[in-house]
Amino acid sequence: MSSPLLSVRGLKIGATVYPPDAKPHDIKIVHGVDFDVEAGKVLGLIGESGAGKSTIGLATMAYGRGGVKLTGGTVFVNSRDVLLSDRRDVRNLRGAEVTYVSQSAAASFNPAKRIMEQVIEAAVSQSKFSKNDAQARAVELFRKLDLPEPETIGDRFPHQVSGGQLQRCMTALALCPEPDLVVFDEPTTALDVTTQIDVLKAIKEAIRDTGVAALYITHDLAVVAQVSDHIMVLRQGEMVEYGTADQIINAPVDEYTKALVSVRSIDHKEKTPSGEPLLRVQNITARYRGTKFDVLKDINVDLHAGQTLAVVGESGSGKSTLARVITGLLPAREGVVNFNGRELSPELANRSQDDLRELQMIYQMADTAMNPRQTVGTIIGRPLEFYFGLKGAEKQKRIKELLDEIEMGDGFIDRYPAELSGGQKQRVCIARALAAKPKLIICDEVTSALDPLVADGILKLLLDLQKVEDVAYLFITHDIATVRAIADSIAVMYQGEVARYGGKTEVLSPPFDDYTDLLLSSVPEMKLGWLEDVIANRKMQSGGN
Amino acid sequence: MHPIVKLVAQRLSLGILLLFAASALLFGLTEILPGDAAQAQLGQSATPENLANLREEMGLNRPALTRYAQWIGGILTGDMGNALSNKLPIGEQIGKRLGATMFLAFWAALISVPVAILLGLVAVRYLNRWPDKVISGSTLAAISLPEFMIAYILIFVFAVKLGWAPSFANVPPDMPLLEKLHSIALPIAVLTMVVLAHMMRMTRAAILNVMQSAYIETAELKGLSSFEVIRKHAFPNAVAPIVNVVMINLAYLVVGVVVVEAVFAYPGMGQYLVDAVVKRDVPVVLTSGIIFSAVYIILNMIADIVSILSNPRLRHPK
Repeated sequence: MSSPLLSVRGLKIGATVYPPDAKPHDIKIVHGVDFDVEAGKVLGLIGESGAGKSTIGLATMAYGRGGVKLTGGTVFVNSRDVLLSDRRDVRNLRGAEVTYVSQSAAASFNPAKRIMEQVIEAAVSQSKFSKNDAQARAVELFRKLDLPEPETIGDRFPHQVSGGQLQRCMTALALCPEPDLVVFDEPTTALDVTTQIDVLKAIKEAIRDTGVAALYITHDLAVVAQVSDHIMVLRQGEMVEYGTADQIINAPVDEYTKALVSVRSIDHKEKTPSGEPLLRVQNITARYRGTKFDVLKDINVDLHAGQTLAVVGESGSGKSTLARVITGLLPAREGVVNFNGRELSPELANRSQDDLRELQMIYQMADTAMNPRQTVGTIIGRPLEFYFGLKGAEKQKRIKELLDEIEMGDGFIDRYPAELSGGQKQRVCIARALAAKPKLIICDEVTSALDPLVADGILKLLLDLQKVEDVAYLFITHDIATVRAIADSIAVMYQGEVARYGGKTEVLSPPFDDYTDLLLSSVPEMKLGWLEDVIANRKMQSGGN
Repeated sequence: MHPIVKLVAQRLSLGILLLFAASALLFGLTEILPGDAAQAQLGQSATPENLANLREEMGLNRPALTRYAQWIGGILTGDMGNALSNKLPIGEQIGKRLGATMFLAFWAALISVPVAILLGLVAVRYLNRWPDKVISGSTLAAISLPEFMIAYILIFVFAVKLGWAPSFANVPPDMPLLEKLHSIALPIAVLTMVVLAHMMRMTRAAILNVMQSAYIETAELKGLSSFEVIRKHAFPNAVAPIVNVVMINLAYLVVGVVVVEAVFAYPGMGQYLVDAVVKRDVPVVLTSGIIFSAVYIILNMIADIVSILSNPRLRHPK
């Protein structure tokens, strides 16, 4: 038997960290992993952020990001240990034998150079192809990846194509030098679901047609199940489980893998609206200052006390703008917002303290929503002082209650945000919002930056708190699974308009309008062959038309 | 209209407006200077009577606004008037002096700009290793020394001890180019050392900033050599800040040479201006000032326009 294309044994990776208040010290990121990738096969690497997925992916190119050091083990590519290679050999490996597709093509393309120049650069500088041959090959790849105008798209600059197109260009960049192995590092994570499915299909077909092997890194098990032959589950730098895609999805053995497979299984029965709505958004039309384009067009939605309205849509659909109008950050051009039986002033500056108190917000990036120089106690205590004038022991008691409510305990009072995990930070933000005793909390993509299991915990907490505090949520998200988990009613937004609105069951049941159908069918399912089914379905439909 | 044309037109009109503002400021400042040309010319022998006569003769008694309008009008029509002290036409004098200053600035720029950028690139390539430390350290030392100090050290070593170059930078118009360059070798060296550090450090910082970008990682993962990564991917994106600092230093080479010209007795704008200030020759001070302002504004405008042009989003809109 010939040796595999990629063979990793006992790979150990570390880094030096420089914490603000302590001495620099070394930490271990990956504690010795072993795996092989055969030529033409795809191995999925899955795990939470910090599990070491990207670090392992880059190690196959003998690359350590920032202060990351490859401290032990062997990485054989084509029977050559890349960790022992000299600089010249490593350069010959990168961009020729192994190539890389990053999460954000927008950041990974040089803004000052045309796409074609960047796509063929590695192939030409590694003398694998002449410039003309490389260009011909690039055009061929553009065509294979379903890019519009494959002949001329390479003449454009990166900012002149869409995010999904650029991600496909990045795939072309990686495939152009005819590598043996491509490392895909979360290539579809930054895309909308409706775009993700096209890119996923393009990547899968390109892998199949070129016979290249791949390491496919993602935190989304449903996505990795569509493209991989084998899957390796990583947790905190160690392998938890390894198996065929079929075995991992359908018969996981390890507890952690089981949790990953069953994630988003929160069962939430929708509540029926009754009585007067708490929030009435009526005929809202809004545009940003200095523009001549309405980002919101005639929006009408209601939200009842103690219930959740999920506003779902792609980036640019106007979800967050709606939140800005309701909070008064962006005064509407037309229409009114009624809240708790009174009309809210369009301008934030003219709202009463009670208006401000009863309407709180939680943001996507808990990191930037907290002052890094304040302790958790100060952060949660601030609204208690500001709205209720609490001081001293009374305030401390209330802070402890709130920490209890978010399941964190009073040991966290004197901790700083930097010492907390992503999920804990978001919990502190929730406690801060609750401290004001609000009637409505606007949650703007609050789980999008979190790992699936952590996100699940946050959603469960939000649902529990809703029962106790009788608070309503306006839940903005692009993630249908989150919507299913938490919503009572749903508004689907598309290009600044509400495309579909109603109770959860009603909105998520056929017959669908075209957009909602596209959106729902694009959400990856934890099932092998899902991608093929959807594509076949769509082909059938468009063929029938 | 293409957005670039619009932006450039905006910058141009802003530049003209700025020039007018500068002229008013200059005029205002010379007005509040104590003493005037008549006093300076008469010196100790001044009596109230002949002071008044001389002021009348020089036209110093007319209202400030009239004099300002006359001066601006003259400049706009190409007539810079005559100096108060020696009655010579200012335009002709400045023509000669400015030519000399430009000559010096041109050669200093020709050497310092490429060297600064190259050193910046090398410093980034060998970041925190000895070439970077040597380059950063020595340029820092050069920028920390006052320029007259550098000038006197160079004169002492190269003119007095070694006798390689003259300490007086004299360039009569009929001198052959090579001899001229030999004559101004030391002032060029001083100016180069003074502006080099600033430009080199900015180049280094601008490129280092770009080196954090994800597309640099992409370039590294393509197997390009470190220097190719810097030259092909980092430098084009660092052009804007580098051009800015280069232009400011070019402006300094024209405007800030006063000290160096004085040390080397070089017959340029700097000396002319210093003389005029001593003699309270307001028309000469004003005209030199406005020319210096124009140089600054034009060079900075060029920097602005280059920055705009270096942004592919503006050059190639969607």
